Amino acid sequence: MVVRLSDETSTESSTDTSGDEAVAALPGDGLREGVVDLLRRELGEDLLDTHLVPNVDLWVRVDRSAWRRTAEVLSLAGFDYFCFLSAIDWKPSPWGRGEDDPSEPPPERSTEIVQGYAGGETRFQLLARLNDTRRHLGVTLKADLPDDDLVADSWIPVFAGANWHERETHEMFGIGFNGHPDLRNIYLPGDFEGYPLRKDFPLVARMVKPWPGIVDVEPMPAEEPADDGAGATGDDSGGAETNGGDASS
Amino acid sequence: MTLMSDRQQLSYIAAQAADARLNVELETEGMTLNIGPQHPATHGTLRIIAHLDGEQVVWAEPSCGYMHRGYEKLTEVRTFPQVTTLINRIDWLGSFANEVPFILAAEQLMEIEAPPRAQWIRTILFELSRIANVSLFLGDLGVQMGAITPVFLAFRDREYVLNLIEGATGGRFHPNFDRIGGLKDDLPKGWIDETRQVMRKLRGFCDEIEDLLFGNEIFQSRMRGIGVIPAEVAKQYGLSGPNLRASGVDWDLRRDQSLPMAWDQVDFKVWTHPDGDSWARCWIRLQETREATKIVDQLLDGIPSGPVMTKVPRIIKVPEGEAWVATENPLGEMGYYVVSKGDLGPFRVKIRSASFNNISVVPWVLKGVYVPDIITILASLYFILGDIDR
Repeated sequence: MVVRLSDETSTESSTDTSGDEAVAALPGDGLREGVVDLLRRELGEDLLDTHLVPNVDLWVRVDRSAWRRTAEVLSLAGFDYFCFLSAIDWKPSPWGRGEDDPSEPPPERSTEIVQGYAGGETRFQLLARLNDTRRHLGVTLKADLPDDDLVADSWIPVFAGANWHERETHEMFGIGFNGHPDLRNIYLPGDFEGYPLRKDFPLVARMVKPWPGIVDVEPMPAEEPADDGAGATGDDSGGAETNGGDASS
Repeated sequence: MTLMSDRQQLSYIAAQAADARLNVELETEGMTLNIGPQHPATHGTLRIIAHLDGEQVVWAEPSCGYMHRGYEKLTEVRTFPQVTTLINRIDWLGSFANEVPFILAAEQLMEIEAPPRAQWIRTILFELSRIANVSLFLGDLGVQMGAITPVFLAFRDREYVLNLIEGATGGRFHPNFDRIGGLKDDLPKGWIDETRQVMRKLRGFCDEIEDLLFGNEIFQSRMRGIGVIPAEVAKQYGLSGPNLRASGVDWDLRRDQSLPMAWDQVDFKVWTHPDGDSWARCWIRLQETREATKIVDQLLDGIPSGPVMTKVPRIIKVPEGEAWVATENPLGEMGYYVVSKGDLGPFRVKIRSASFNNISVVPWVLKGVYVPDIITILASLYFILGDIDR
């Protein structure tokens, strides 16, 4: 099966072949749309969502069951350069940036899970990136992982270099990979408990000693209303509108 | 054009096979050799566990994490401007180059661009950190094989570059000079002329190293045909920078993507090498240092005037979104996947550092090599511990 992107994907491919030796053509959105078309053709229902920022990048979300298949399809289509693999925990941290004043009651924080580009339904998402070194193109891939079954297929059969990245993702997020030969910890000690990059894993250094920023606060010029988040414990007596009035006077 | 003679490679493979057979006949016992974490050849605290049969490595496994500082977690409790202090310390020999992709990612999310002068100065400092980084590599290379002189030359000449970086930024190793929207300061007076002189010196240094090392017969016999990484393997493992180009893959992020930097204003050659062996990797780095001095010279000639900082709010809030920006750092592709929730600090930063991928190929490439070659292969792959462990 050859799924190499053929010349039917608009005019971009002609500029691509001509610029092969000198300064190669920079990727166009036509090429990116070609990638989406290819994935839609090959994956069908398993391609869940795409997000294209013009002239910047392409995000693709696929179903978890098609995670390895996506890598296979893309690697055959020229995305043969493995860039990285990781994950995101979309649940906001209950401690914010760890700058709460311990003498005050903690402020209200949103616990709503809002996923980023290309949407999503779950707290954890896999995140990976592949490059096409010939056409100078990259694509960011995502896949939802349900909380009760944090497992995906390993990419090692397609990209041998995914090995260490999957080990790192496993120790940092607790995500398992089917078919990975050796999910030992790569950075942390073997008996480490917890998954450090999960948002509900406390950054203990910030917990044991309050952030010095809350002791000697330097008043900022009133350019913006004092609504910016965590540290706003004090008396914003007038509210946003009066603050704006002060700044203009 | 293949520089490495096939005969040399074939004789190496034949010797490996003969030795392996001898090991079987003699019924030798396996032995586990522990290299590091405190070993001069590991540039820090990388530990290699090698299982040997006779003189040959059966399998080898790097063990990292002795310097893991958890930067991805720490970025989540910092504001955007504070993050540059952390990421300075990832690849500590080319610190300024670490800051640039992160700042560019934040700028991409804020939809602002640095003024042209700031972009040019950024590019100049970026290339200077490449020269500072790689010149030390070139000197250090000799030490791995017992040549002591080059490393002194490297430290001497790197100092000129560090002085330049210090003159412009105030920091020798951790400049922390890049800001969202531009740079902290303009260049000091007389800096441009001095940089031209230093670039001339550095080209002299490259010639010197080429004479001393690359023309040396011992160096060649220790490097050529050893540690060959084919292009397919290099791409699968995500090798980047000189390691990838030494395997014949023509991929340089300075040329192959459009970023608000000044690389598209100069012409430079992207060197590739078909061999993929240790020698090719070192040779590419030597050529790239030369090329970097030429890039700096060209940029100094055409540096535009104007401000170095665009207008940004006093309190920087980055709008909601995700951005991936990678640049061609001294060690290879260094990228940041920045997720912002419209807050003062990033929601998540995935740091894709070059050395982590570059060193993940070690178990593959060390299979079957001889013990002394472990050292040269590691040296030619060139990693910075902070860049592996982050």
